[in-house]
Amino acid sequence: MKEKTETDPKTTRRLHVLDMSCAGCVETVEKTLRSVPGVSDAQVNFAEKTATVTGDVSPDALVKAVGKAGYTASLLEDEGAESDKENAELAHYGKLLRQTVVSGVISVIIFAVSMFDMFPSLDSPAGRLSWGVISLLTLFVLAYGGGRFFTGALKSFRNHNANMDTLIAVGTGVAWVYSTFVVLFPDSVAGIARHFYFETAALIIAFINLGSALEMRARGKTSQAIKRLIGLQPRTARVVREGQEVDIPIGLVVLGDIVRVRPGEKIPVDGGVTDGSSHVDESMLTGEPIPVEKKKGDNVVGGTINKTGSFLFRAGRIGKDTALARIIDMVRKAQNAKPEIGRLADKVSGVFVPSVLIIAVITMLAWFNFGPAPRITYMLVTTMAVLIIACPCALGLATPISVMVGVGKAAEYGVLIRKGDALQQAGQLTTIVLDKTGTITEGKPVLTSVEPVPGVLGGDELLALAAGVESGSEHPLAGAIVEAAKVKNIGLKPVESFEALSGYGVRAVYGVNTVLLGNRKLMDDNGIDTGSINEAAERLSKKGQTVVFAALNGTAAGVLGISDPVKPDSREAVERLRKQGIRVIMLTGDNRVTAQSVAEQVGVDDFIAEVLPEDKAREITRLRERGEKVGMVGDGINDAPALAGADVGFAIGTGTDVAIESADITLMRGSLHGVADAVSISKATLKNIKENLLGAFAYNTLAIPVAAGILFPFTGLLLNPVIAGAAMALSSVTVVTNANRLRWFKP
Amino acid sequence: MNIAVNILGIVMAAFIVWWFWLSKTRSEAGTEGDVISVLVDGGVYTPSVLRVPAGKPVTLRFLRKDPSPCAEKVIFSGLDISADLPVGKPYDLSFIPEKAGEYDFTCQMAMYRGRLIVEEKTKS
Repeated sequence: MKEKTETDPKTTRRLHVLDMSCAGCVETVEKTLRSVPGVSDAQVNFAEKTATVTGDVSPDALVKAVGKAGYTASLLEDEGAESDKENAELAHYGKLLRQTVVSGVISVIIFAVSMFDMFPSLDSPAGRLSWGVISLLTLFVLAYGGGRFFTGALKSFRNHNANMDTLIAVGTGVAWVYSTFVVLFPDSVAGIARHFYFETAALIIAFINLGSALEMRARGKTSQAIKRLIGLQPRTARVVREGQEVDIPIGLVVLGDIVRVRPGEKIPVDGGVTDGSSHVDESMLTGEPIPVEKKKGDNVVGGTINKTGSFLFRAGRIGKDTALARIIDMVRKAQNAKPEIGRLADKVSGVFVPSVLIIAVITMLAWFNFGPAPRITYMLVTTMAVLIIACPCALGLATPISVMVGVGKAAEYGVLIRKGDALQQAGQLTTIVLDKTGTITEGKPVLTSVEPVPGVLGGDELLALAAGVESGSEHPLAGAIVEAAKVKNIGLKPVESFEALSGYGVRAVYGVNTVLLGNRKLMDDNGIDTGSINEAAERLSKKGQTVVFAALNGTAAGVLGISDPVKPDSREAVERLRKQGIRVIMLTGDNRVTAQSVAEQVGVDDFIAEVLPEDKAREITRLRERGEKVGMVGDGINDAPALAGADVGFAIGTGTDVAIESADITLMRGSLHGVADAVSISKATLKNIKENLLGAFAYNTLAIPVAAGILFPFTGLLLNPVIAGAAMALSSVTVVTNANRLRWFKP
Repeated sequence: MNIAVNILGIVMAAFIVWWFWLSKTRSEAGTEGDVISVLVDGGVYTPSVLRVPAGKPVTLRFLRKDPSPCAEKVIFSGLDISADLPVGKPYDLSFIPEKAGEYDFTCQMAMYRGRLIVEEKTKS
């Protein structure tokens, strides 16, 4: 449903043009591009196979025109988008600082003039002239430093909308208009009310610009996580073209290119290793600190760093399809999401500014009707203070700014939050259900015990026999047996006939012998006396191993124990979750004895064994019906319905596979610590949002009445509008700074 | 004088209520072509009310002129769509609004506000 393209009709575009075989093609393509309406210039670089087009035209039109001429063109990705953005931000920051300094200096001059009565009184022509100049100077500050508030306010007004610009423009505008009126018509204002507010208007503008500049600086830091991810993308790739290795811009790598990666280099795109081997540091994406071994056939991911070896790989995913590009896209989207908790603030900020305007009118009337003399002075000071102190920004920023930092923090730990609400819900989970295979355990079964019946077969003989039988099977347990024989360099016994008995095991014939290999049921059904192997079978089962029984010509020959080792840090991660007050349950299709053993090894609160894959979702529903907030952790493929059925579904990734749609949160690191990290970060972010919301609501609900003069009858306290301006500027900076504290959070 | 000021105040309050809450905005745009241009500047989306038919692809071409960070993001919370807008460059957001209804789109702080009205296809 969503597709984004960036177009820029008024600037330079770069196209990647394929199928250009000769210099003649260059001319054709250039001519074709120049003939497209709006194009002012087109240059083709034959070596790079790129075209640079300048003009007022959409890239689609260019691609189509080149296509019509018989070539294939695609828009090169905007390599400079991020630096453009940074430059724009820097320029805006510089402008804000200049506005702050200029308005600040002029404000201080005006302030000094008013404070120390430097000018003659208004009754003299010289006095009126001097104050007239001050009025113009203030107008300059309003236009230069605050012009955008006035144009913004006007535009919003025309759209039946009101925002912060409205408040600032009305507040400072009223101050200037009244003061200028006093200068022009001093006789129409009673002596004691003959007061100017030029310095007030100018100082407010200076403070608000300073606040905006500080806020902008702080906000830049909130998007550091995404900048870090973008920075991982290398700019060039070394590809093998026509037998030679050449460095080309990353945008020119095509699918199927053979790419060379040397020691210490970043891997440019995703693909599969075709030659060579190395260790690759994937920590920047997965949070996994130990470099991963890569050999022929293994997948590598763009943006990760090659350590020692050199290798070639075939480009399998490029451009927007790479894991890194998708991670960036996902993090950006999640950063823009609003969790439930922020929706109230959104509703409030929707009606906030008009409400403040009404409160300002009420304040004005109250002081006019009931205030002491000079009424007009009190009326103006309080009304201005109300308008200026109200800060919809703090309210509007409270949630999204914390979400930005929280989602970014999570990404740093290899936790990708796909849905905005998941960020809020992960911190509220009461129960976490862990799938066993591949989640708690490695998901790679290995043969751990071979126990032959003495006198029937030897250990290696039993293994050779079993491996020979299983070599034709695709069952994961069979793979473990065959692998073990390979490791021990044991030759497989050739099998003549083979029959898989689904749910039980296999029957095979070699030579004159009949072999049965499978579970206890297979033995029982065939009338095999298992007396000699029962003790061993039970012992292995209790250790959490899956037991395979073997019989030779109707006699029990031994047992093989296969175990799927528990990940080394599963126990510690489960402990972390339990310490956070979460009940941890293990879910598995294994038998009770094996399940119990694994459950004890990792220290879960409870386990549910012998669950068929299709019943996993039902177990989740049952827990939710009991009122539990359930998080489900699985591999995301076999558990998709269970993940989708939980309040928060966590897909535990294998490295950098981010294509798991059924999950709310994807863990790029294959460790359960990711779940604990996600829960802690979610809790911390939620706490941060609450602090921000509380602060913003409290600030506005306390400051506005004080500005309106509610304390005046009791304490004589009135708020100077300049102080109101400073407080307002500080309030949004405080919100952003508080959100930035999350950057230092360690789960 | 006193009465006049009070009446003026009440009229102002009434005007605020009417103008900002009760009266409808006139800044609307429909799908004349398949692209709707939206200017992001001065605290408002212009136009701020967009009408599009349901089930048809639509492209909203945002041109952000306001460099302040407030204007950077545009979020359609009801549609699960969001985008980061570059300054001074048009940005095309293409999607197919499947369900008829009214969807607010805002900046991150909900200061910029607009509404996308997705209309049921007229039977012809």
